[in-house]
This record gives sequence, structure tokens and C-alpha cells, in this order.
Amino acid sequence: MKAPMLAVKDLRVAYGGIQAVKGIDFEVGTGETVCLIGANGAGKTSTLKALARMLPASGSILYRGGDISHCPPHALIGQGLTLVPEGRGVFARLSVEENLDMGAYHRAAAADIADDLARVYQLLPRLKERRTQLAGTLSGGEQQMLALGRALMARPQLLLLDEPSMGLAPLMVRKVFEVVHSIAEQGVSILLVEQNARLALTVSARGYVMESGLITLADRADRLLGDSRVRQAYLGGE
Amino acid sequence: MDIFIQQIVNGLVLGSIYALVALGYTMVYGIMGLINFAHGEVVMIGALTALSVINKLAGSGLPGPVVVLAGLAVAVPVCMATGFIIERIAYRPLRHAPRLAPLITAIGVSILLQQVAMLFWGRNYHTFPAVLPSAPHQIFGAALTDVQIIIVLLAAATMSGLWLLVNRTRLGRAMRATSEHPAIASLMGVDVNRIIAFTFVLGSALAALAGVMVSANYSTAHYHMGFLLGLKAFTAAVLGGIGNLGGAMLGGVLLGIIESLGAGYIGDLTNFCWWSNHLPGGTGAGLCEQFGDRGFLGSNYKDIFAFFVLILVLVFRPSGLMGEKVAERA
Repeated sequence: MKAPMLAVKDLRVAYGGIQAVKGIDFEVGTGETVCLIGANGAGKTSTLKALARMLPASGSILYRGGDISHCPPHALIGQGLTLVPEGRGVFARLSVEENLDMGAYHRAAAADIADDLARVYQLLPRLKERRTQLAGTLSGGEQQMLALGRALMARPQLLLLDEPSMGLAPLMVRKVFEVVHSIAEQGVSILLVEQNARLALTVSARGYVMESGLITLADRADRLLGDSRVRQAYLGGE
Repeated sequence: MDIFIQQIVNGLVLGSIYALVALGYTMVYGIMGLINFAHGEVVMIGALTALSVINKLAGSGLPGPVVVLAGLAVAVPVCMATGFIIERIAYRPLRHAPRLAPLITAIGVSILLQQVAMLFWGRNYHTFPAVLPSAPHQIFGAALTDVQIIIVLLAAATMSGLWLLVNRTRLGRAMRATSEHPAIASLMGVDVNRIIAFTFVLGSALAALAGVMVSANYSTAHYHMGFLLGLKAFTAAVLGGIGNLGGAMLGGVLLGIIESLGAGYIGDLTNFCWWSNHLPGGTGAGLCEQFGDRGFLGSNYKDIFAFFVLILVLVFRPSGLMGEKVAERA
């Protein structure tokens, strides 16, 4: 494994009197795709939100060697850390192109932004067709594509993806994962949270299994796919 | 007919002012879901600040428009600072509190500002000196002064500028994004606190302009003027659909016209003889004889129309004319 892009130690997240994450350690290498799988309520989303500084957390979060646990949330994107939130979080009352522009909000160079917009449209041609439409009028799958496109406009180095397959038809899920795969191929490190464990493990190099706020298994993705406990609990038996 | 046109014209002038104030309410509501009941007081502070400057300079020999512009130039930054401070010390600490807390705080801030203004400017009515030409032009049988024409044009220009700012600039995009999903706007690198502060400052600048306009239009200002004006502008914002910029503009103008027509015709409408002359068969002629040919209510009752409108809107169309369904926000 290369030098870690992200190294998390003893991360704990508590809110509303509930300990959602109870002290976990994990790493994401540079250019690596890593997934965090587990049942509903295991603490996966809380982990991502803590990394994006949307939830208060304790422990150490080293991103590219620097501690970001006291960074304000709006300063992270400028450092290359971008979250695509659960439920996509597109701005329904902004047009598709305005949503994409929001991804580049923190950047100044207009020429670079125009280049990136062209690249995103090339990767996601559907968005180009609908660029003037309000994002709220897009289908769920298109909104997920838009959320990914918006994240790409930020030129991320580490992309945190929260349940990109949620609520999508199987065909759309496959398309979304093709896009995720092509983002990974461009060298972007990805931390993927998914309930669809098989799909997540297929695109990832390594995986962590979370249960009730703790990491219970950590291994290479192909070994987790073969692991009898994982098969039993998350891959529907066989 | 002349009265009708005159009242429409007066309503347009009044409505332009309401629209500017209503924009302040609706922008703040759109971005943080708060009804800033202190906003009317910011208008009052703008009016009194400008009047202080204008009265100082009135005898100096400077041309009238320059004097008024100087008043505006002082009032705008004073109001912007007031808006900034209100947000910073009264609302920001309550950002995540239950919704009732900032609402009650807003009422408290409103009372506080009124009292401070009373200490500063006293309880007296301050008159707008005659520095601007007041000879009316006759247009379609209606009398219209230069001041009224300038109010309408300036309000229209300001609102066009605001529309461009919100819909065509990077900052406006960030404002709209923040109004929809503050947490996600923050993920995109938007400093939400700065956007909220900017929204207050911008709304307060519009309030200062409206304050100067209202005192020029009525030739007077006093520490208590913000209360009723604020409530009416709030009504205008609700009428248009609170949170919606176009709605605030439309609601403001409509409310101004409704109020103006109401003031013009309330005497007739509460006069039995007028009804018996206009209804078929002279219905109510007996009541006319009994009560005499006079209206029960004069134009000083014009203020009831705004609240009548507010009640009708809240009962029949709570989302306002241009607002989306309330349930969508929840």
C-alpha cells in the first residue's frame, strides 16, 4: 500500500446521546478505493459525516499528513476532500449547470473550471442535455450522476461517497458504479460507504466491515468477498 | 375615474417601498427560515439617520438632490452595520435553537431598537425639509411629484439589480444554495456564516433606501414608524410567498395598490347612501336616511386593509401567490 491519503485513529462520534461510532481505525491509500460496508445503523454514514466535519467527533483524522479534526467544514473542499452525501444533496432549485458550478465554488481560475465542466459533460453526457433544467426535475439516477459530477468539479483527491446506489434501479446502479470506477481510474482516492456490499467490494481494493459502531473485519476486497462470515451476513448467503 | 387613477399611482409608489422592505424579510426567511421582526426598525433607523443628515445640510445651500443623496449615503452604511450587528449578536447564537427562540428574540430586538431610537431622536415627529421640488405633474389626470417618480424608478432599478445579483452571480448562487441546503453548501466550500451575514447586510441596505423613500413620500419620520411599516411589508412578503424574491416584489406592489384604493374608497364603502345610489332599486335608501350621507370610516382606517389581506392569504393561500407548497419545505 502507498502512503496513506487518509489515516483515522480512534474515531468516535456521538450525537443525541447515542454513540454512533465507538473508536475505529482505518486508512485509505493514495489512489486507492476502499469501502466501508455494514448493516443499516452500523455507523457508516456517521463516519463519513465526521470526516467531512459535519458531525462533532473525537480521535485523530490525518488527511495528507495533516490533522483536519479542527478544520471548518467549508475549508475541506479546497484541500481536495469532497463528500457526496447520502441522498445526493443536489440543489433542487438550481439548474444542473449551476449545481456543477457550485462544485467549483472554492476555485478561482475560470479557464480551468470551464475545462473541468467540459470533462464532466463528456463523462456524463446526460447532464449536458439537461444543463438548463432545474436539478429537482431530474430522476434519482440523474441526480446521483449530478452529485458525482459536482464533486468532480472540485478536483477532489479524496472522494467520500455515501450510498451512491441508494434507491436506484439496478441498471442505474450499474451506471453509477461505472462512473465511480472511471473516477478511481483517474487516480482519485475513494472511500465508499455502501449497503450493497457485493458491488462495493467488486470496485474496491480493500474493505472494512462495520457493526454497531466498530470495525469487525478488515481485509482485501477479494478475500472479504470469499469470507464465509461476510457472505452470510452481507452477501445473501450462497 | 380620476380618483381611481390617482389611487393606483399612489399605490404604486407606496408599493415600491413595501416591496423593498418585503425583500429584506423574504431574503432572511429564505436563507435561514427566520422572520426578522426587527427589520421594520432598520427602516426606521435608516429614515431617521438620513433625516438628521438632511436637516443638517438643508440650510447649507447645497442642491436638494445632493442633500438627500448625502442622507442616503450615511443611512445605508448605518443600516448595514445595524443589520450585521443584529445577526451577529442576536440571531447567530440561536442558529440551532428551536424556532420560537429566534422569533421572540426578533421581537425583543425590535423593541430594543425602538427604545434606542427614541433616546437618540426623541419622541417627536421629524419633518423632511422641503429640499426637493414638490410641484406635481399631471399624468392621465393623476398628480405625481418628482419624488414619487424617483421612488418608483429607483425601487425598480434596485430590484432589478438585486435580481441579477441573486440569479446571475457566483455570490447569488451561493445564497440560493445556502437557502436550500446550508450543510451541503458548506461542503461545497461556502462559508454559510458569511452568506447569512451578507444577506442581513443586503436586506438592511434596501431597508435604508426604503426608509429615506418613505420619509420623503410622507415628509415625516419618527421612532415608531418601523412597526406598522414592518408589519405591512411582512404582509406583502407573505402575500407574494415568503422566501420568494419575485413574490416579495409582487406582494409589495399589490399591497400598496390595495391599501391605496382602500383608502380612496373606504368612505364610500361604509356609506349607506353611496350603496343605495349604486345598488339596483335603491336598496338601503332607508338606512341612508337614517344615518345620513357620510362614511363611517375615513381614510385613516386604511391600515386595516393590509391585515385583512394577511388574514385572507393565511386562510386561503398560506404559501402566497408565488410561493411553493409549504409541505415541500418541511
